[in-house]
Amino acid sequence: MTDPSGPREIAAFALMAAGVGFDLLGCVGLVRLPDVYNRLQAGTKCVTLGTFLLLLGVILLSGLDAMGWKALLCLAFLSVTSPTAAHAIARAAHRSGVPLAPGSVLDRYAEDGEGREGPEPAGGPSGDAGEGRP
Amino acid sequence: MRTAAAALLCWIAWIASTGALDPVGLAAGAAASAAAALALRREGAEAGLVLLHPVRLFWALVYLPVLLAFIVRSNLDVARRVIDPRLPIRPGIAKARTTLRSLPARAALANSVTLTPGTMSVDLVGDVLYVHRIWVPEEDPDGATRRELEPFEGLLRRIFE
Repeated sequence: MTDPSGPREIAAFALMAAGVGFDLLGCVGLVRLPDVYNRLQAGTKCVTLGTFLLLLGVILLSGLDAMGWKALLCLAFLSVTSPTAAHAIARAAHRSGVPLAPGSVLDRYAEDGEGREGPEPAGGPSGDAGEGRP
Repeated sequence: MRTAAAALLCWIAWIASTGALDPVGLAAGAAASAAAALALRREGAEAGLVLLHPVRLFWALVYLPVLLAFIVRSNLDVARRVIDPRLPIRPGIAKARTTLRSLPARAALANSVTLTPGTMSVDLVGDVLYVHRIWVPEEDPDGATRRELEPFEGLLRRIFE
């Protein structure tokens, strides 16, 4: 980082600022959204793009040296691990009986009896699980 | 043999990323690569090796900008909902069948769905994908989810099948 006012530096800092902005929106989503499933949506999406932009800023700033190359690897891994982790958490939450937020309108996962483990075949009343009372 | 090749590949990636050519660094990399290759030996990780084909790689490269565009749209969508004082959400879990047959293709589809606007894959049971939606449409939520899979399936089929 020699000249902080060069065009490359400005572009890199702009990317990083946008990245931090999306990360911040992800955090706002975590606070405002009602249940684990909606929060995971905000968490995965905003934090994925936010961190992408931060890493791109790093690559732009340092070039493809040891640090830039690692940032590129992180980018590749993040794009695979972030949605996979969201799926694992959502699936585990549903299987251990974490309910959808009140106001949720549909739960096909429980209807098909996938969301429960144990003696009861499926959660929810009658064949219409999830309607009104998730 | 295949495990040895995987370990060698990991080791090359290690050296390329650390740039450490001293004996300790090389030895640590060799140990970590061998451990990773052994741990994944029976997990069917070689299914990803189909990617080592020029035509498939080409379609994978086409796929990246498509996915990136979806990621950006998806972020703007979530950002808009989160900032809106009324918090416009109508959440629920819908389901859709995928026409993709191979496991890596289905896994890639599920992950892509998570990164697209307002949808997150909860589970994949056989060919049925359960998707949490931040906004469930009034009519035919499963059909809407099904239509959202289509732009990915064509490209993923070219990449993996």
